[in-house]
Amino acid sequence: MEITELNINESKTTAFRKGMRDGVPIALGYSAVSFSLGIAAKNAGLTPFQSFLASLLCNASAGEYAGFTLIAASATYIEVAIMTFIANARYLLMSCAMSQRTAPGLKLRHRMLMGFYITDEYFGIAIARPGYLNPYYTYGAAVVASPCWAVGTALGTIMGNLLPLHIVSALSVALYGMFLAVIIPPAKKSRIIALVIAFCFAASYISAYLPALSGISDGTRTIILTIAISSLAAVIFPKDVATEGKQ
Amino acid sequence: MTHNTYIYILIMAGVSYAIRVLPLTLIRNQIKSRFLQSFLYYVPYVTLAVMTFPAILEATQTPISGAIALVAGIAAAWLGAGLFNVALCCCSVVLIVELIISLI
Repeated sequence: MEITELNINESKTTAFRKGMRDGVPIALGYSAVSFSLGIAAKNAGLTPFQSFLASLLCNASAGEYAGFTLIAASATYIEVAIMTFIANARYLLMSCAMSQRTAPGLKLRHRMLMGFYITDEYFGIAIARPGYLNPYYTYGAAVVASPCWAVGTALGTIMGNLLPLHIVSALSVALYGMFLAVIIPPAKKSRIIALVIAFCFAASYISAYLPALSGISDGTRTIILTIAISSLAAVIFPKDVATEGKQ
Repeated sequence: MTHNTYIYILIMAGVSYAIRVLPLTLIRNQIKSRFLQSFLYYVPYVTLAVMTFPAILEATQTPISGAIALVAGIAAAWLGAGLFNVALCCCSVVLIVELIISLI
Protein backbone atom coordinates (compact mmCIF):
# COMPACT_ATOMS: atom_id res chain seq x y z
CA MET A 1 0.00 0.00 0.00
CA GLU A 2 2.72 2.43 1.01
CA ILE A 3 4.72 1.76 -2.10
CA THR A 4 1.74 2.40 -4.35
CA GLU A 5 0.93 5.71 -2.63
CA LEU A 6 4.54 6.70 -2.97
CA ASN A 7 4.36 5.92 -6.67
CA ILE A 8 1.41 8.24 -7.11
CA ASN A 9 3.09 11.16 -5.33
CA GLU A 10 6.37 10.62 -7.03
CA SER A 11 5.05 10.33 -10.52
CA LYS A 12 2.58 13.23 -10.88
CA THR A 13 4.73 15.01 -13.43
CA THR A 14 6.15 11.82 -14.86
CA ALA A 15 2.68 10.35 -15.24
CA PHE A 16 1.45 13.54 -16.90
CA ARG A 17 4.37 13.47 -19.32
CA LYS A 18 3.88 9.78 -20.08
CA GLY A 19 0.21 10.48 -20.66
CA MET A 20 1.11 13.23 -23.12
CA ARG A 21 3.43 10.89 -25.00
CA ASP A 22 0.82 8.12 -25.18
CA GLY A 23 -1.76 10.75 -26.14
CA VAL A 24 0.01 11.43 -29.45
CA PRO A 25 -1.25 8.34 -31.33
CA ILE A 26 -4.68 8.99 -29.81
CA ALA A 27 -4.56 12.56 -31.11
CA LEU A 28 -3.68 11.26 -34.58
CA GLY A 29 -6.58 8.84 -34.59
CA TYR A 30 -8.94 11.41 -33.10
CA SER A 31 -8.08 13.92 -35.80
CA ALA A 32 -9.13 11.49 -38.51
CA VAL A 33 -12.23 10.15 -36.78
CA SER A 34 -13.47 13.53 -35.57
CA PHE A 35 -13.06 14.96 -39.06
CA SER A 36 -15.57 12.46 -40.41
CA LEU A 37 -17.76 13.06 -37.36
CA GLY A 38 -17.74 16.76 -38.24
CA ILE A 39 -19.16 15.92 -41.65
CA ALA A 40 -22.03 14.07 -39.95
CA ALA A 41 -22.59 17.12 -37.73
CA LYS A 42 -22.73 19.35 -40.79
CA ASN A 43 -25.35 17.08 -42.34
CA ALA A 44 -27.40 17.41 -39.14
CA GLY A 45 -27.35 21.19 -39.54
CA LEU A 46 -24.85 22.03 -36.81
CA THR A 47 -22.57 25.03 -37.13
CA PRO A 48 -18.79 24.51 -36.73
CA PHE A 49 -18.99 26.04 -33.24
CA GLN A 50 -21.84 23.71 -32.25
CA SER A 51 -19.99 20.62 -33.46
CA PHE A 52 -16.86 21.86 -31.62
CA LEU A 53 -18.90 22.27 -28.44
CA ALA A 54 -20.55 18.85 -28.79
CA SER A 55 -17.18 17.13 -29.14
CA LEU A 56 -15.60 19.12 -26.33
CA LEU A 57 -18.41 18.17 -23.93
CA CYS A 58 -19.30 14.63 -25.04
CA ASN A 59 -15.97 12.97 -25.93
CA ALA A 60 -17.76 10.12 -27.67
CA SER A 61 -17.55 8.97 -31.27
CA ALA A 62 -20.45 6.55 -31.55
CA GLY A 63 -22.53 8.49 -29.02
CA GLU A 64 -22.12 11.79 -30.84
CA TYR A 65 -22.70 10.20 -34.20
CA ALA A 66 -25.96 8.66 -32.96
CA GLY A 67 -26.95 12.02 -31.48
CA PHE A 68 -26.27 13.91 -34.71
CA THR A 69 -28.35 11.44 -36.71
CA LEU A 70 -31.27 12.03 -34.34
CA ILE A 71 -30.82 15.81 -34.45
CA ALA A 72 -30.92 15.57 -38.25
CA ALA A 73 -34.27 13.77 -37.90
CA SER A 74 -35.37 16.45 -35.33
CA ALA A 75 -36.12 13.75 -32.78
CA THR A 76 -37.45 14.53 -29.30
CA TYR A 77 -35.10 15.41 -26.44
CA ILE A 78 -35.99 12.16 -24.67
CA GLU A 79 -35.09 10.10 -27.72
CA VAL A 80 -31.73 11.83 -27.87
CA ALA A 81 -31.17 11.13 -24.15
CA ILE A 82 -32.03 7.43 -24.49
CA MET A 83 -29.94 6.97 -27.61
CA THR A 84 -26.97 8.71 -26.00
CA PHE A 85 -27.31 6.37 -23.03
CA ILE A 86 -27.40 3.25 -25.21
CA ALA A 87 -24.55 4.31 -27.47
CA ASN A 88 -22.39 5.17 -24.46
CA ALA A 89 -23.43 2.41 -22.06
CA ARG A 90 -20.05 0.70 -22.41
CA TYR A 91 -18.53 3.68 -20.55
CA LEU A 92 -20.66 2.70 -17.58
CA LEU A 93 -18.91 -0.69 -17.55
CA MET A 94 -15.52 0.95 -18.01
CA SER A 95 -16.22 3.34 -15.16
CA CYS A 96 -17.15 0.38 -12.90
CA ALA A 97 -13.94 -1.38 -13.90
CA MET A 98 -11.94 1.78 -13.16
CA SER A 99 -13.58 2.17 -9.75
CA GLN A 100 -11.87 -1.08 -8.76
CA ARG A 101 -8.49 0.27 -9.75
CA THR A 102 -8.57 3.70 -8.05
CA ALA A 103 -6.63 4.40 -4.88
CA PRO A 104 -9.08 4.39 -1.92
CA GLY A 105 -8.19 7.97 -0.96
CA LEU A 106 -8.47 9.44 -4.45
CA LYS A 107 -10.16 12.84 -4.19
CA LEU A 108 -13.62 13.46 -5.57
CA ARG A 109 -12.42 16.12 -8.00
CA HIS A 110 -9.99 13.63 -9.54
CA ARG A 111 -12.75 11.03 -9.85
CA MET A 112 -14.99 13.63 -11.49
CA LEU A 113 -12.37 14.85 -13.92
CA MET A 114 -11.01 11.39 -14.75
CA GLY A 115 -14.60 10.27 -15.33
CA PHE A 116 -15.10 13.08 -17.84
CA TYR A 117 -12.28 11.58 -19.89
CA ILE A 118 -13.39 7.96 -20.07
CA THR A 119 -13.23 7.13 -23.75
CA ASP A 120 -12.30 3.84 -25.38
CA GLU A 121 -8.78 5.17 -25.85
CA TYR A 122 -8.11 6.88 -22.51
CA PHE A 123 -9.60 3.90 -20.72
CA GLY A 124 -7.50 1.50 -22.76
CA ILE A 125 -4.18 3.17 -22.03
CA ALA A 126 -4.98 3.92 -18.37
CA ILE A 127 -6.10 0.40 -17.50
CA ALA A 128 -3.03 -1.09 -19.20
CA ARG A 129 -0.72 0.44 -16.58
CA PRO A 130 0.01 -1.55 -13.42
CA GLY A 131 -1.19 -0.55 -9.96
CA TYR A 132 -3.69 2.15 -9.04
CA LEU A 133 -4.88 4.46 -11.82
CA ASN A 134 -3.00 7.74 -11.83
CA PRO A 135 -5.37 10.55 -12.87
CA TYR A 136 -2.45 12.69 -14.07
CA TYR A 137 -1.67 10.10 -16.73
CA THR A 138 -5.20 10.50 -18.12
CA TYR A 139 -4.94 14.31 -17.90
CA GLY A 140 -1.71 14.24 -19.88
CA ALA A 141 -3.29 12.19 -22.65
CA ALA A 142 -6.45 14.34 -22.60
CA VAL A 143 -4.50 17.61 -22.86
CA VAL A 144 -2.88 16.36 -26.06
CA ALA A 145 -5.72 14.46 -27.70
CA SER A 146 -9.01 16.08 -26.66
CA PRO A 147 -8.36 19.46 -28.33
CA CYS A 148 -7.66 17.50 -31.53
CA TRP A 149 -11.00 15.76 -31.13
CA ALA A 150 -12.94 19.02 -30.74
CA VAL A 151 -11.01 21.00 -33.36
CA GLY A 152 -11.11 18.05 -35.78
CA THR A 153 -14.90 17.93 -35.51
CA ALA A 154 -15.16 21.65 -36.23
CA LEU A 155 -12.77 21.32 -39.19
CA GLY A 156 -14.81 18.43 -40.55
CA THR A 157 -17.91 20.60 -40.38
CA ILE A 158 -16.12 23.47 -42.12
CA MET A 159 -14.14 21.62 -44.76
CA GLY A 160 -16.05 18.44 -45.44
CA ASN A 161 -14.15 16.07 -47.66
CA LEU A 162 -10.85 17.90 -47.94
CA LEU A 163 -8.32 15.36 -46.64
CA PRO A 164 -7.27 12.83 -49.30
CA LEU A 165 -9.06 9.53 -48.84
CA HIS A 166 -5.93 7.41 -48.46
CA ILE A 167 -4.71 9.59 -45.58
CA VAL A 168 -8.04 9.29 -43.75
CA SER A 169 -7.95 5.56 -44.40
CA ALA A 170 -4.46 5.19 -42.92
CA LEU A 171 -5.18 7.43 -39.90
CA SER A 172 -8.37 5.61 -39.03
CA VAL A 173 -6.52 2.40 -38.04
CA ALA A 174 -4.39 4.28 -35.48
CA LEU A 175 -7.11 3.71 -32.88
CA TYR A 176 -7.22 -0.03 -33.51
CA GLY A 177 -3.42 -0.20 -33.38
CA MET A 178 -3.62 1.30 -29.91
CA PHE A 179 -6.26 -1.15 -28.79
CA LEU A 180 -3.98 -3.98 -29.93
CA ALA A 181 -1.05 -2.48 -28.03
CA VAL A 182 -3.23 -2.64 -24.90
CA ILE A 183 -4.66 -6.16 -25.20
CA ILE A 184 -1.84 -8.14 -26.84
CA PRO A 185 0.94 -7.86 -24.19
CA PRO A 186 -1.29 -9.32 -21.40
CA ALA A 187 -2.38 -12.02 -23.86
CA LYS A 188 1.26 -12.93 -24.30
CA LYS A 189 1.57 -13.47 -20.55
CA SER A 190 -1.76 -15.19 -19.90
CA ARG A 191 -3.07 -17.98 -22.07
CA ILE A 192 -6.56 -17.37 -20.65
CA ILE A 193 -6.61 -13.75 -21.84
CA ALA A 194 -5.29 -14.85 -25.25
CA LEU A 195 -8.09 -17.38 -25.47
CA VAL A 196 -10.71 -14.83 -24.41
CA ILE A 197 -9.47 -12.32 -27.02
CA ALA A 198 -9.50 -14.94 -29.79
CA PHE A 199 -13.03 -15.87 -28.77
CA CYS A 200 -14.02 -12.16 -28.82
CA PHE A 201 -12.70 -11.72 -32.35
CA ALA A 202 -14.64 -14.76 -33.55
CA ALA A 203 -17.87 -13.85 -31.75
CA SER A 204 -17.64 -10.23 -32.85
CA TYR A 205 -17.06 -11.23 -36.47
CA ILE A 206 -19.97 -13.67 -36.47
CA SER A 207 -22.38 -11.22 -34.82
CA ALA A 208 -21.43 -8.42 -37.21
CA TYR A 209 -22.37 -10.45 -40.24
CA LEU A 210 -25.09 -12.74 -38.89
CA PRO A 211 -28.35 -11.47 -40.42
CA ALA A 212 -30.28 -11.65 -37.14
CA LEU A 213 -27.72 -9.56 -35.25
CA SER A 214 -26.15 -7.33 -37.88
CA GLY A 215 -29.07 -4.88 -37.74
CA ILE A 216 -28.15 -3.86 -34.19
CA SER A 217 -25.99 -0.75 -33.90
CA ASP A 218 -22.27 -1.16 -33.24
CA GLY A 219 -22.56 0.37 -29.78
CA THR A 220 -25.33 -1.98 -28.67
CA ARG A 221 -23.51 -4.99 -30.10
CA THR A 222 -20.40 -4.00 -28.17
CA ILE A 223 -22.42 -3.88 -24.94
CA ILE A 224 -24.15 -7.21 -25.51
CA LEU A 225 -20.91 -8.98 -26.45
CA THR A 226 -18.98 -7.37 -23.58
CA ILE A 227 -21.53 -8.45 -20.97
CA ALA A 228 -21.98 -11.94 -22.43
CA ILE A 229 -18.32 -12.82 -22.98
CA SER A 230 -17.06 -11.23 -19.74
CA SER A 231 -19.72 -13.14 -17.77
CA LEU A 232 -18.79 -16.36 -19.52
CA ALA A 233 -15.09 -15.80 -18.84
CA ALA A 234 -15.82 -14.89 -15.21
CA VAL A 235 -17.73 -18.15 -14.71
CA ILE A 236 -15.27 -20.41 -16.54
CA PHE A 237 -12.05 -18.71 -15.42
CA PRO A 238 -12.84 -16.95 -12.14
CA LYS A 239 -10.04 -14.63 -11.17
CA ASP A 240 -8.34 -14.64 -7.81
CA VAL A 241 -8.13 -10.88 -7.96
CA ALA A 242 -6.58 -10.59 -4.52
CA THR A 243 -3.35 -12.04 -5.85
CA GLU A 244 -3.58 -11.08 -9.51
CA GLY A 245 -4.50 -7.42 -9.13
CA LYS A 246 -1.30 -6.37 -7.41
CA GLN A 247 1.35 -7.41 -9.88
CA MET B 1 -42.29 22.02 -31.72
CA THR B 2 -38.90 23.29 -32.81
CA HIS B 3 -35.83 22.00 -31.10
CA ASN B 4 -32.87 24.02 -29.95
CA THR B 5 -29.53 22.58 -31.04
CA TYR B 6 -27.83 23.78 -27.86
CA ILE B 7 -30.35 21.90 -25.71
CA TYR B 8 -29.68 18.78 -27.81
CA ILE B 9 -25.96 19.19 -27.17
CA LEU B 10 -26.45 19.76 -23.43
CA ILE B 11 -28.61 16.62 -23.16
CA MET B 12 -25.99 14.58 -25.00
CA ALA B 13 -23.25 16.00 -22.78
CA GLY B 14 -25.22 15.48 -19.55
CA VAL B 15 -26.10 11.86 -20.26
CA SER B 16 -22.58 11.06 -21.52
CA TYR B 17 -21.05 12.50 -18.35
CA ALA B 18 -23.48 10.91 -15.86
CA ILE B 19 -22.78 7.45 -17.28
CA ARG B 20 -19.05 7.93 -16.89
CA VAL B 21 -18.81 9.66 -13.57
CA LEU B 22 -21.42 7.92 -11.40
CA PRO B 23 -19.76 4.49 -11.00
CA LEU B 24 -16.35 6.08 -10.49
CA THR B 25 -17.59 8.39 -7.73
CA LEU B 26 -20.18 6.12 -6.07
CA ILE B 27 -18.34 2.79 -5.97
CA ARG B 28 -15.76 3.47 -3.28
CA ASN B 29 -15.15 -0.04 -1.98
CA GLN B 30 -13.63 -3.10 -3.48
CA ILE B 31 -16.43 -5.24 -4.84
CA LYS B 32 -16.63 -8.43 -2.76
CA SER B 33 -18.36 -10.79 -5.19
CA ARG B 34 -15.83 -13.01 -6.91
CA PHE B 35 -17.99 -13.14 -10.02
CA LEU B 36 -18.23 -9.35 -10.30
CA GLN B 37 -14.51 -8.99 -9.65
CA SER B 38 -13.73 -11.46 -12.41
CA PHE B 39 -16.33 -9.89 -14.70
CA LEU B 40 -14.81 -6.43 -14.34
CA TYR B 41 -11.33 -7.88 -14.78
CA TYR B 42 -12.27 -9.21 -18.22
CA VAL B 43 -14.35 -6.20 -19.35
CA PRO B 44 -11.45 -4.09 -20.68
CA TYR B 45 -9.97 -6.85 -22.80
CA VAL B 46 -13.32 -7.99 -24.12
CA THR B 47 -14.57 -4.48 -24.99
CA LEU B 48 -11.39 -3.50 -26.78
CA ALA B 49 -11.16 -6.83 -28.65
CA VAL B 50 -14.79 -6.64 -29.73
CA MET B 51 -14.39 -3.04 -30.92
CA THR B 52 -11.22 -3.82 -32.88
CA PHE B 53 -12.43 -6.72 -34.96
CA PRO B 54 -14.09 -6.75 -37.46
CA ALA B 55 -14.37 -2.92 -37.32
CA ILE B 56 -10.75 -2.51 -38.46
CA LEU B 57 -11.69 -4.21 -41.76
CA GLU B 58 -14.30 -1.54 -42.45
CA ALA B 59 -12.24 1.46 -41.38
CA THR B 60 -9.96 1.27 -44.41
CA GLN B 61 -10.71 1.63 -48.12
CA THR B 62 -10.38 -2.12 -48.66
CA PRO B 63 -10.78 -4.90 -46.07
CA ILE B 64 -7.42 -6.37 -47.15
CA SER B 65 -5.38 -3.40 -45.93
CA GLY B 66 -7.31 -3.47 -42.64
CA ALA B 67 -6.65 -7.19 -42.22
CA ILE B 68 -2.93 -6.82 -42.90
CA ALA B 69 -2.79 -3.87 -40.47
CA LEU B 70 -4.45 -6.09 -37.84
CA VAL B 71 -1.87 -8.84 -38.27
CA ALA B 72 0.99 -6.31 -38.31
CA GLY B 73 -0.36 -4.61 -35.19
CA ILE B 74 -0.67 -7.90 -33.29
CA ALA B 75 2.86 -8.86 -34.34
CA ALA B 76 4.31 -5.49 -33.34
CA ALA B 77 2.56 -5.53 -29.95
CA TRP B 78 3.63 -9.14 -29.38
CA LEU B 79 7.24 -8.15 -30.05
CA GLY B 80 6.99 -5.45 -27.40
CA ALA B 81 6.34 -2.23 -29.37
CA GLY B 82 4.61 0.55 -27.40
CA LEU B 83 1.30 2.31 -28.07
CA PHE B 84 2.63 4.87 -30.48
CA ASN B 85 4.77 2.45 -32.48
CA VAL B 86 2.01 -0.12 -32.86
CA ALA B 87 -0.37 2.61 -34.06
CA LEU B 88 2.26 3.97 -36.43
CA CYS B 89 2.95 0.47 -37.74
CA CYS B 90 -0.75 -0.08 -38.52
CA CYS B 91 -1.07 3.30 -40.27
CA SER B 92 2.05 2.75 -42.39
CA VAL B 93 0.91 -0.73 -43.38
CA VAL B 94 -2.44 0.63 -44.60
CA LEU B 95 -0.75 3.45 -46.51
CA ILE B 96 1.69 1.06 -48.21
CA VAL B 97 -0.81 -1.70 -48.94
CA GLU B 98 -3.33 0.72 -50.44
CA LEU B 99 -0.58 2.32 -52.51
CA ILE B 100 0.40 -1.09 -53.88
CA ILE B 101 -3.23 -1.98 -54.57
CA SER B 102 -3.79 1.29 -56.44
CA LEU B 103 -0.73 0.58 -58.59
CA ILE B 104 -1.81 -2.93 -59.54
